[in-house]
Amino acid sequence: MRKLLLATAALIVLAAMPALAPAQEKSVKIGFISTFSGPTAVIGNDMRNAFELALDHIGRKMGGLPVEVIYENDEIRPDVGRQKTEKLIQSDRVNFVVGYIWSNVLLASLKPVVDSQTFLISANAGPHQIAGKLCSPFFFSTSWQNDQTPQAMGLYMNQKGVKTLYLIGPNYAAGKDMLGGVASTYKGKIVGEDLTRWPDQLDFSTELTKVRNTNPEAVFVFYPGAAGVQFLNQYAQSGLRGKIPLYTAFTIDSLSLPLQKELALGVPGAQQWVNDLPNDANKKFVADFRARHKTYPSFYGAQSYDAVNLINSAVTAVNGNLADKDGLRNAMRKADYASVRGPYKYGNNHFPIQNFYLQDVVKDPEGNLTLKTVSTIVENSQDRYAKACPMKW
Amino acid sequence: MLLFIEQCLNGLQLGLLLFLVAAGLTLIFGIMDMVNLAHGSLYMIGAYFAATFVAWTGSFVAGAVLAVGATLLVGMLLEVIAIRPLYGRDHLDQVLGTFGLILFFNELVRIVWGPAGLRVPLPDWLKTSVPILPGLQYPTYRIAIIVTALAVALFLYILVMRTRLGMLIRAGASNREMAGALGVNIKLLYTLVFGLGAALAGLAGLMQAPILTVQIGMGENILILAFVIIIIGGIGSIRGAFVAALLVGLIDTIGRAFLPDLLRLFLSYRTASAVTPAISSMMIYLVMAIVLVVRPQGLFQVSGK
Amino acid sequence: MKGFVTPRNVVVAALLIFLALVPVYVAITGDGFLMTLFTRILILAMAATSLNLILGYGGMVSFGHAAYLGIGGYAIGIFAYEGVGSGFIQWPVAIAASALFALGVGALSLRTRGLYFIMITLAFAQLVYYFGVGLDRYGGDDGLQIYQRSQFIDPINLSNRTQFYYWCLVLLLVSIYLIWRIVNSRFGMAIQGARSNDRRMQAIGFPTYRYRLACFVIAGVICGLAGALLANQTEFVSPAMMHWTRSGDLIVMVVLGGMASTFGPLIGAVTLLVLEETLPLLIELVATPFVGAAASRAAEYWQIVLGPLFLLVVLFARGGINGLLESMRRD
Repeated sequence: MRKLLLATAALIVLAAMPALAPAQEKSVKIGFISTFSGPTAVIGNDMRNAFELALDHIGRKMGGLPVEVIYENDEIRPDVGRQKTEKLIQSDRVNFVVGYIWSNVLLASLKPVVDSQTFLISANAGPHQIAGKLCSPFFFSTSWQNDQTPQAMGLYMNQKGVKTLYLIGPNYAAGKDMLGGVASTYKGKIVGEDLTRWPDQLDFSTELTKVRNTNPEAVFVFYPGAAGVQFLNQYAQSGLRGKIPLYTAFTIDSLSLPLQKELALGVPGAQQWVNDLPNDANKKFVADFRARHKTYPSFYGAQSYDAVNLINSAVTAVNGNLADKDGLRNAMRKADYASVRGPYKYGNNHFPIQNFYLQDVVKDPEGNLTLKTVSTIVENSQDRYAKACPMKW
Repeated sequence: MLLFIEQCLNGLQLGLLLFLVAAGLTLIFGIMDMVNLAHGSLYMIGAYFAATFVAWTGSFVAGAVLAVGATLLVGMLLEVIAIRPLYGRDHLDQVLGTFGLILFFNELVRIVWGPAGLRVPLPDWLKTSVPILPGLQYPTYRIAIIVTALAVALFLYILVMRTRLGMLIRAGASNREMAGALGVNIKLLYTLVFGLGAALAGLAGLMQAPILTVQIGMGENILILAFVIIIIGGIGSIRGAFVAALLVGLIDTIGRAFLPDLLRLFLSYRTASAVTPAISSMMIYLVMAIVLVVRPQGLFQVSGK
Repeated sequence: MKGFVTPRNVVVAALLIFLALVPVYVAITGDGFLMTLFTRILILAMAATSLNLILGYGGMVSFGHAAYLGIGGYAIGIFAYEGVGSGFIQWPVAIAASALFALGVGALSLRTRGLYFIMITLAFAQLVYYFGVGLDRYGGDDGLQIYQRSQFIDPINLSNRTQFYYWCLVLLLVSIYLIWRIVNSRFGMAIQGARSNDRRMQAIGFPTYRYRLACFVIAGVICGLAGALLANQTEFVSPAMMHWTRSGDLIVMVVLGGMASTFGPLIGAVTLLVLEETLPLLIELVATPFVGAAASRAAEYWQIVLGPLFLLVVLFARGGINGLLESMRRD
């Protein structure tokens, strides 16, 4: 019986534990939500590594205040992401929530953050809803709106004179945004389109057979993470590689490259940041990241690195007075920090107006595969939903 | 027409691969009366072993053989440690227990191999494609999968129907007490059968490895499909699993291949693009529901089950 | 009176008192997350309780119970999206839709047994799941934001978090009571009889198919109601809430807590969800003296502890935690 009471008491203590963490005054508290389990933990780890590096670069202090970060795992599930976000807001009382790889997790988590007048900095996901109707004075992006990157790719394909195109992408929100984005700028004829099951696609053989039969001039794909490896792999196995050129967005990055290897050679992609962009901030970021982790950082990492510096610029501007929300917002709107992608501006919806570059896969001096900037596809590109956002400033 | 034949081959290949996973599952259920959710984990482990051994030996075939052997051992070990105590328990207890094993294996794989996933490169002789009909080239590796899986299916048939071990298996399935009384070492038999099922799953995993990425959680997606197959086929029936696997493979592939164009005849381009993936995902479940409504014990009902 | 003070009853009583006091704790400390967490636990416990009626007592293992969470949730979400905020419209529709779906699924599925039943219920749930993914107007896979919780007349205000918490608690307790009444009625006895021997019950003259179907529909309705609550709590619906893994979670809750026991599903839901929340912290706490700062990374592998824990519960606690508590009585 006594054992039982003890057990019950232990259970109650356990339940109360998150609440017992002492509330620290006078620090900048940042909650970081990303995926730290399952196969996409690779992305989450890269974001965290870059985030930590950025904090070390600024001495882990912002506007004179020490910085405290709490990492939470969304398990790629919208409901889990939502719950972790609520924990960060209600229990940890963070000043900023950063991260979010996935559009659906971000959409599920947006409301509790902005309702509590906490700033949310998306370091990756950019669903069109938040760029348009759902835009908020408490939301900023250090990445892009989902459509922007494929739109740039569409422009590039126009430049290349591609007349017929086949689109393939996963059937989830970002996948639809991506294919829609290409279609909005691409001037040629779209001769086929497949949205595949996600995330449990087993095999692309059906779609690739269709591609071979349609025989388009080019294929555009969007497959983030491991699916991108699978796609390139199967594209080569089906004998299409070298016959029909492939154009991509978010399919080849420094995380998937070690798996894609030579299959990625000669496959162009569009991105707002590439690891060889020649600005000083980027050189320092990439060099120090490589020194510490022996790998190239990915664009996910770059966006997380920028998130720290964006927040730092704002906290410094208000001299550490975190209660000055308007001051923080006004400072962030200026994007007055050394972004690793080079200078950019914010649109009225708090999404970046930025350049997009064409990237290609090359070998670095040590023989590792890496990404290289080829040219600028488009300068100062703004997403097409900004007009739908009622916010003006 | 060529397109249709090629898509059928794709479906056949997918179906045969699913059969390898489903065969082990249905054997284990039919003989030990055991719901083993961790079967998908063995598929995953087979793929990871393949990645390691192929890199280690430098040969795809040698790596594959080692991986099958290693998965067989892991399967037998797992049976002795964790599965054996679950025999004779309520199915739900087995579900909960083996669900726990899934969580365990996913984390174990993450600790051992890291979260990034691995790729298994194909040797050059499997990277090509061969003409099988005038105007129709088909990837060599996929033909190799079809041939291997068919050979395994034949092997299973001979094993269960024509050998002494198969006789024991069938005896154990229909009446374990009687088989035990006759001096059959039921414990050893069960361990062997479980190991065989594991090896089949591992074989499927390693054959998928060069096509897909080897990654954590790859077993869960295929597990559900494998369950669908053994249900459609009739639990415990290898023949049923074979027919159902081909059915599922073909329906899934044909659906994905031709449904979009079909729907675009009736709906606007955008709407059709949006609803097709949903409908093609539904198809196999729809088939399962229909089969069960018409035949509540699957297509090939095993007598006495 | 002595017979009433059993370990199980003490735990249940302590748990209920704790649940009743959560908002008080929150009011004192100002940390609202505990209430958010427990609101969710209460709602999922309600879903698990409804599953227990068919799974535990009726022997009908539904592997598609999360579909009702989705149906109930989407009923709220779609109405809210179309500008109908009144709970007096939303909730009856949520209930009716769940009942209709349960009636259809039940009528078709109850002819099958065992693993076949498990999988046919999964099939129907998957159909609904993919239907949700295909609902482009309502966000598809992205899900749907709900801007306003269901509107009722004063003084019922679901936007008040404390009030909402108590509504969830009340509805949970009502569900538990209702199911307890059902199970101990003639109808419930027939259901339980049919679990162990359907033919005998039919021979005695019970129309077991209709009884079991009625039972299936009742469980669906309660779970649909839980779905309506869940949508109101998270102010968000998405197909993810009816993913098959969620159905699996519900089964785990029931089996973990104790099948065919009145409070088992509640105990199971609390245990599972609290463990999910605290296991990483616990691992960090235990590991810190040994590995230092790396402990927080080690905590990310908490499922390697949770998995074998399930296996141990199955092996050493027949009848789940409830069974374990009842067996303690004999020491």
